[in-house]
Amino acid sequence: MREERGRGQGMMKIHDKIDLEKIREEGLKKLFPKETKISVGMATCGLSTGADKVYETLLKEVGRLKLPFQVGQTGCIGFCQREPVLDILTPGRPRIFYQEVTPEKAIELVHRWDKEEVVKDWLFFKMEGEEWIGEDKWFDYSIQTDLKGLDGTPSYQQVPFYQKQLKIALRNCGFINPDHIEEYIARGGYFALGKALLEMKPEEIIEEVKRSGLRGRGGAGFPTGSKWESCRRVKGDQKFVLCNADEGDPGAYMDRSVLEGDPHSVIEGMIIGAYAIGAHEGFIYVRDEYPLAIQKLQVAVRQAEEFGLLGDNILGSGFSFRIHLFRGGGAFVCGESTALMASIEGKVGEPRAKHIHTTESGLWEKPSNLNNVETWNNVPVIISRGSEWYSKIGTDKSKGTKVFSIVGKVNNTGLIEVPMGITLREIVYEIGGGIPDGKKFKAVQTGGPSGGCIPESLLDLPVDFDRLTEVGSMMGSGGMIVMDESTCMVDVAKYFMNFLKDESCGKCTSCREGTKRMHEILTEISEGRGKPEHIPLLEELGWVTAEASLCQLGGTAPNPVLSTIRYFREEYEEHILNKRCPAKVCRALLKYRILPETCTMCGRCAKVCPADAITGKRKTKKEEGIPFKIDEEKCIKCGMCFDTCKFNAIEVQ
Amino acid sequence: MLSFTIDGQPVEGKEGQNVLEVALDAGFDIPHLCYNENVKPYGACRLCLVEISRKGRSRLTTSCNYPVMEGLEVFTSSDKVLRARRMVMELLLARCPGSKLLQEMAKEMGVEEVRFKKEDKDCILCGLCARVCEEVVGANAIQFAFRGDRRDIGPPFMEEPKDCIACGACVTICPVDVIGMKEEGDERTILRWNRTLKMKPCKVCGNYFAPWFQLEKFKEKAKLPKDFFEICYTCRS
Repeated sequence: MREERGRGQGMMKIHDKIDLEKIREEGLKKLFPKETKISVGMATCGLSTGADKVYETLLKEVGRLKLPFQVGQTGCIGFCQREPVLDILTPGRPRIFYQEVTPEKAIELVHRWDKEEVVKDWLFFKMEGEEWIGEDKWFDYSIQTDLKGLDGTPSYQQVPFYQKQLKIALRNCGFINPDHIEEYIARGGYFALGKALLEMKPEEIIEEVKRSGLRGRGGAGFPTGSKWESCRRVKGDQKFVLCNADEGDPGAYMDRSVLEGDPHSVIEGMIIGAYAIGAHEGFIYVRDEYPLAIQKLQVAVRQAEEFGLLGDNILGSGFSFRIHLFRGGGAFVCGESTALMASIEGKVGEPRAKHIHTTESGLWEKPSNLNNVETWNNVPVIISRGSEWYSKIGTDKSKGTKVFSIVGKVNNTGLIEVPMGITLREIVYEIGGGIPDGKKFKAVQTGGPSGGCIPESLLDLPVDFDRLTEVGSMMGSGGMIVMDESTCMVDVAKYFMNFLKDESCGKCTSCREGTKRMHEILTEISEGRGKPEHIPLLEELGWVTAEASLCQLGGTAPNPVLSTIRYFREEYEEHILNKRCPAKVCRALLKYRILPETCTMCGRCAKVCPADAITGKRKTKKEEGIPFKIDEEKCIKCGMCFDTCKFNAIEVQ
Repeated sequence: MLSFTIDGQPVEGKEGQNVLEVALDAGFDIPHLCYNENVKPYGACRLCLVEISRKGRSRLTTSCNYPVMEGLEVFTSSDKVLRARRMVMELLLARCPGSKLLQEMAKEMGVEEVRFKKEDKDCILCGLCARVCEEVVGANAIQFAFRGDRRDIGPPFMEEPKDCIACGACVTICPVDVIGMKEEGDERTILRWNRTLKMKPCKVCGNYFAPWFQLEKFKEKAKLPKDFFEICYTCRS
């Protein structure tokens, strides 16, 4: 701390590990202040449910009452469904988390907390301490006062949603203010960088990452250490490390949450990787649709520069490295490595042939090493805890944990991080809490639009890279969509194919025309014009699209079609042969009928029918009615009558 | 020289050459549409697919952009290759059913019917026009636009291309012959791009021989005598 930068406390260059320890002290004071601290989860999931209003209200109320409370912000703690989440931390008391907080509730909570009371109904869970996984430490809150009304409130570890989780990638999300580098450092951040730069040779780092078994979290699962090694071995005066933050799968937002809640973890991983590879410049390619992530990254990069963790002679090691942010223009295909590089170069984001690897000739034809957000974020923990520890987590060939966003027809939705090898059943039923409304599970879709649908018979499948590929799906970046019996698999395939035909770059005939034609055939099937020969045609077309296309967008595009045919062929056949949609989703195949014996002749259905397809006569006190009937020719299958009828007199077939 | 085999037959290629080049020179018949030796290979049409086996691993890939390497084993008509190539052909024909060339190629490959809804497009999006315009002419007047099934090729915003010199390179290179050119009086029009330019008469014979705009552009680039562009090609030789 030799250089004062004059921008408030803590803005000083870190020259060595001693400085890092000093900043840690600063950070600890921010993380665990002497007075009460209220933190509001303000990642995108929180903001979308009104966390900003809660935050503002809290600030005003605390100011108005002149309470000795600090109000701060943090990232997402994973259970996005329960947002806005806030937690209250007072020295000597358990940390209390509240869920689904509104501004009104927030005011009430503050008043009650001032009187040492909790509001039981809104409680989420409590914490007696927290784990700092990077350093294998348990930070105990040293509880002295037990609060009234807390009995029966589960601890964090007792909440079924969290019980089976192991947080490495999400280690800091929800615990630090992402805008404060000191808080990241306090929880062990940048100490791995110190170890790497000052105590390890580049080759040793690569060896450590190789031995950890870490594989690329962007979806392909390529061994990270090997990638680094081949990039290091290439001769070249200029090399690049890149971070892929172009997360575009529908329903997947793991990387967003990491960037919003813990941006420094990614930066630290990149610096370590750059040192190991011999690169001095890095790019983070982040999609423009993530404004908050971009903002957090901007702040984090600037802070890292101000603290001397980016720039020249980092931590006195002699190593220099800089990071640039690059905002993507909204094309899904730019998540593909060569398209991403083309995009940074200012060209159209289109993949090119990779007969020469990008580790040899990538960005501006220089050796380039691209890893995804979650991969980079894992690196500091591997360095600080060691490969031996890391490689004990997971399965034989897939090590560590994986973050998934579990969404769809499941009781608990949000971001989860689980050790590789956990079964889908555990994820869906224990963490996810099963299927809502007593409905039956049908399939879980993993791997985003290029992934596949896995049926109930395979629910005991351990989740890892290879097992998911074996069953015709893939790990992908971590989207996980749960589907119940009311989901039509033809419709699901059609949905994803619609996405892919739009997002294919359009270069290869096989991908551009292939996805378009698959979508076209699926539309035919879902609208009652399916033919028996459509199934083999889809299979053939799927095979060719995968085999003949240049990049992995085309290479995996048929997965939604092929996996649904593989596991739900009879559903396709129902659509084609009997013109029936068993899940009652494909509108053109539905038949609405009014059951004359149940119809009370109230006439509500006829009133709401926009197509005037329902006729009959309303029964009144004076007159006899005529049961209502739907004219199939006129019916547009909108379902308004079905939704309106209070007597279950309308049947859908 | 790099030695490898194509369908079992030994061949040799130079460093920097691609498999298709060597195969065509050696007399192998690999259908292709988006490949032209005057521009960089692009790999869009996917017709020149071959199966390449290297270090014990075999996969389908386009031969036009696969660099020759020592010890490659290339198969131009394995079952896999034919199966994939026929489907690609069928997809192209479904897109442009009116193309005589595509009809003939399809027939030769044994593609007898099109099982998809026929569209009425004429462009196969091979990108040769844009590539020749950029790499050979240097005008950069046309490019790909949009993505996915909306992909198209043309001038910026599909308006009259202000950089087009109406040289006609795109007209000549288009494999499916859908970029027309018309000369009437002192005007030349590239029909597909709606680009019309006034032409210059030859000082000797008086015939209109090239657009003024084009000759101005050439003058900027070429270091030639001042009156070089006053006389038409025929009178000059």
